[in-house]
Amino acid sequence: MAAIFTPGLKVAAETVVIKDRRLPLEGEVLVKVGDKVSADDIVARTQLPGKIYPINVANQLGVSAARLKDFMRKKAGDTVTEGEVIASTPGIFGFFKSESAAIVSGTIESISSVSGEVIFQSHPIPVEVDAYINGHLVEVHKNEGCVVQAKAALVQGIFGLGGETKGNLVLGVENPTDVLEAKNIRADMTGKIVVGGAYLTLEALARAVEVGVAGLVTGGFDYDDIKELLGYEVGVAITGNEALGLTLVVTEGFGHIQMAPATFALLKEHIGERASINGATQIRAGVIRPEVVITDDCAEALTERWTPPDPTGIQLGDNIRGIRSPYFGEIGRVKSLPVDLMTLESETKVRIMEVEFKDGKTAMLPRANVESIQE
Amino acid sequence: MTDAAPREIRSVLATDCGSTTTKAILIEKIGDSWRQTYRGEAPTTVEAPFEDVTRGVLNAAMEVQELSGRALVEGTSIKTPDVDGQGVDLYISTSSAGGGLQLVVGGVVKSMTAESAARAALGAGAIVMDTFASNDNRPAHEQIERIRQLRPDMILLAGGVDGGTKKHVVTLAERIRAARPRTRLGGGFNLPIIFAGNQDVRDDVDSLLKDVSALDLIENVRPEMERENLGPARDKIHDLFMEHVMAQAPGYDKLMGWADAPIMPTPGAVGLIMQTIAKKKGINILGVDIGGATTDVFSVFEGIFNRTVSANLGMSYSVSNVLAEAGLPNVLRWVPFDINEKQLRNRIGNKMIRPTTIPQSLEELQIEQAIAREALRLAFVQHKEFAVGLKGIQKQRTIADAFRQSEDNSLVKMMNLNLIVGSGGVLSHAPRRVQSMYMMIDAYAPEGITEIAVDSIFMMPHLGVLSTVNEEAATEVFEKDCIIYLGTCVAPIGPLRPEKPVLRIQLKLPGGDSVDKTIHADQLELIQCGPDTEAEATITPLQPDLDIGEGLGKAFTGKLRGGVVGLVFDTRGRAIRLPKNQSERTPLLKDWVNGMGAYPNAEGV
Repeated sequence: MAAIFTPGLKVAAETVVIKDRRLPLEGEVLVKVGDKVSADDIVARTQLPGKIYPINVANQLGVSAARLKDFMRKKAGDTVTEGEVIASTPGIFGFFKSESAAIVSGTIESISSVSGEVIFQSHPIPVEVDAYINGHLVEVHKNEGCVVQAKAALVQGIFGLGGETKGNLVLGVENPTDVLEAKNIRADMTGKIVVGGAYLTLEALARAVEVGVAGLVTGGFDYDDIKELLGYEVGVAITGNEALGLTLVVTEGFGHIQMAPATFALLKEHIGERASINGATQIRAGVIRPEVVITDDCAEALTERWTPPDPTGIQLGDNIRGIRSPYFGEIGRVKSLPVDLMTLESETKVRIMEVEFKDGKTAMLPRANVESIQE
Repeated sequence: MTDAAPREIRSVLATDCGSTTTKAILIEKIGDSWRQTYRGEAPTTVEAPFEDVTRGVLNAAMEVQELSGRALVEGTSIKTPDVDGQGVDLYISTSSAGGGLQLVVGGVVKSMTAESAARAALGAGAIVMDTFASNDNRPAHEQIERIRQLRPDMILLAGGVDGGTKKHVVTLAERIRAARPRTRLGGGFNLPIIFAGNQDVRDDVDSLLKDVSALDLIENVRPEMERENLGPARDKIHDLFMEHVMAQAPGYDKLMGWADAPIMPTPGAVGLIMQTIAKKKGINILGVDIGGATTDVFSVFEGIFNRTVSANLGMSYSVSNVLAEAGLPNVLRWVPFDINEKQLRNRIGNKMIRPTTIPQSLEELQIEQAIAREALRLAFVQHKEFAVGLKGIQKQRTIADAFRQSEDNSLVKMMNLNLIVGSGGVLSHAPRRVQSMYMMIDAYAPEGITEIAVDSIFMMPHLGVLSTVNEEAATEVFEKDCIIYLGTCVAPIGPLRPEKPVLRIQLKLPGGDSVDKTIHADQLELIQCGPDTEAEATITPLQPDLDIGEGLGKAFTGKLRGGVVGLVFDTRGRAIRLPKNQSERTPLLKDWVNGMGAYPNAEGV
């Protein structure tokens, strides 16, 4: 059996963060390799094609599709303004005239003599991509985007909601075991990223939205509350586009779970500094983790693209976190890595590890049920 | 691809490149018998940083090499042919890596040509991302926006019977053109579009789509209202899967070079082996492959094959969606102990975000198996709704019949079902085989007399592709090493009167023992009857309105196939009667668990 370890969530005081900034469609890249950029700088822009609106103009005019072209005042490729007449019939002695007007401003994409449909395309929609983090350009994808790289403090979460945002970090609680409640959300937290502890109440989240908090970071959150929040259940962990009013990063999981002390300490160390956060999560292939990235002014140029070292398996002495009941959320150290399979209470035969917890107790955990705490 | 050597083939390495894991098995001819001998697995390497599927294949092959002592990897390739027990004669593979084969299908009427197109796509092993139709109740601009967003591997456009509507088919083609759809894998390639609709509009479709896509015009999937013709579309999808999708996926050009048979989409291969079993044995079969993200259901009834894929019903990535779709009460009804509901939801949520974890405690296992019952059940409901009549059969029908395709019209008739085959981690790797049988009985509620089996270690995809090059080897390994018969379930249907006895069972077991007992309502009775044996049975319904497949109140006399679990007599009614009240339900569940010997320490559960 291959020894497959669950890659841990990264919590690093200093690491190299690389961000691929891509346009949804080809466009213009505004930066070049070696450039120093700030998080808010626009690095690429494009025009998304406008929406398409097919209208059966032949039916509107009461003519056959084959004869539609005879009554068109516009041809494919022409620009039109909303409400402008694009086709009409002469009627009889000036009466019973039929007209058809453009339903959007844009262009006429096509006119069909089979279906009788005229397809309108509204004006293009401009799209811009910013740098997201302070850093240096290490690569440009021609017409598509670029790669920004920076030394940064990084906290990866396990689950998040909402997309990219930025703000200054502020503490909402004193300890990683504390609950972030509504009373902890102050009016002066507008535009800030509030760091919580073991649990975030739904009331606190509602209050944060009301105040205009940019983001929340918490150890635990109730799965039930997602439905309360969004009006639907997140059945598959692919998130990032929720219109929540803020971005949420959960570092440990669902339930009441202490934020890992190292995570809390690192965030506390950077209180007052500007951070970039993203709740986008994708657990399936091509994993995307929610994150908190704190970059400084990037005085030191990192213009050569950094290659991360190959991930290593869990070693003796490594810090780990239990990720499944009955040891969910508990943090310990790898004491031994027995070779033989062990039969669990569930009668499942698995490879295990002996873990020593903070209180000195030890337990055997399936290797699949721990993740390394990568620092 | 190379042609298989004309000499006798004695060894085969088969891989399945899944989304997360690449599984390799070695199949060898030992004496005159084909056997599956060793298995290895490694993480799939389609994603960054490797972006080369062959790395994972070689790693999985290396594991088989270490276990078997047979050299399988030579440099950075699979060692072929087999020389003195080193290397293999044949290398074959299936793939669902990178999300599998993803299609968008379209047709004029949702329940007719669009459904035929969906059936052709599903039969080829694809995931149908969306189905468009002129009557799907979406405004045209929404349809176009959706086609733009989806980025499938290909589009299958049907619509209209031959000689039928032209206008609606052309409208669909115009909308696809307006959307300018792009391929999932990018790379500047035109999106493959297969047109399999009204042959009278081929020229119109050609002029609309040829310059914005890689267009193929093939035979109509629904040439007449009451006849489907799915073969050409399925074949074309397979060809394009190789030519476009596989050729663009990272490392697949190399993998195709190694493989001695075309690489098949994993579900396509499983479907093939299901059809082979049904045909060979002349039986009706229901198969399921329950994975982490999706559940595939296959059926062959009266020779007609159907496959559905429930894209968001699975045991890890999609586990929370099972909860959302089934509802908490439906999951809880299978849990034989009391549990706090909020805690249960959080546990399931945590499984979704940490999908590779495994149940350590007995409670966790029981929760997972409760969810599995619902995932299996829901996927089966979807399958029954999809596997409806008329497909491929000439029937006298009115136009009203053709529109009325409800579940009543389903080809899946449980009383006519002979065999259920389960596959996928939660069924193949359950700590006790009885748990697999128990889950499938609860989920599918088989009626009458039904044999139940599991795929021992998930090798049906491998055997499916093997059957395309060596059917004899595939069939032999399937029988000897893949399929594990769990036993037979006997369940009467009809209005149960709980106060009266339900069944009398008289059995002559293989060891010479006899059983003669009466079973009352709401019981789950297990009688041991080992693998590769049969019991001579007379089963008599003791209530006149009950049917076990012979007609109301009529006895069955014949043989019942045993298995590693045995014979299960299920008198819980159809649908299975479960008290809504937890305090009444839990003791009943405990009785059944204990009766089946499903879990350790059952008395204490």
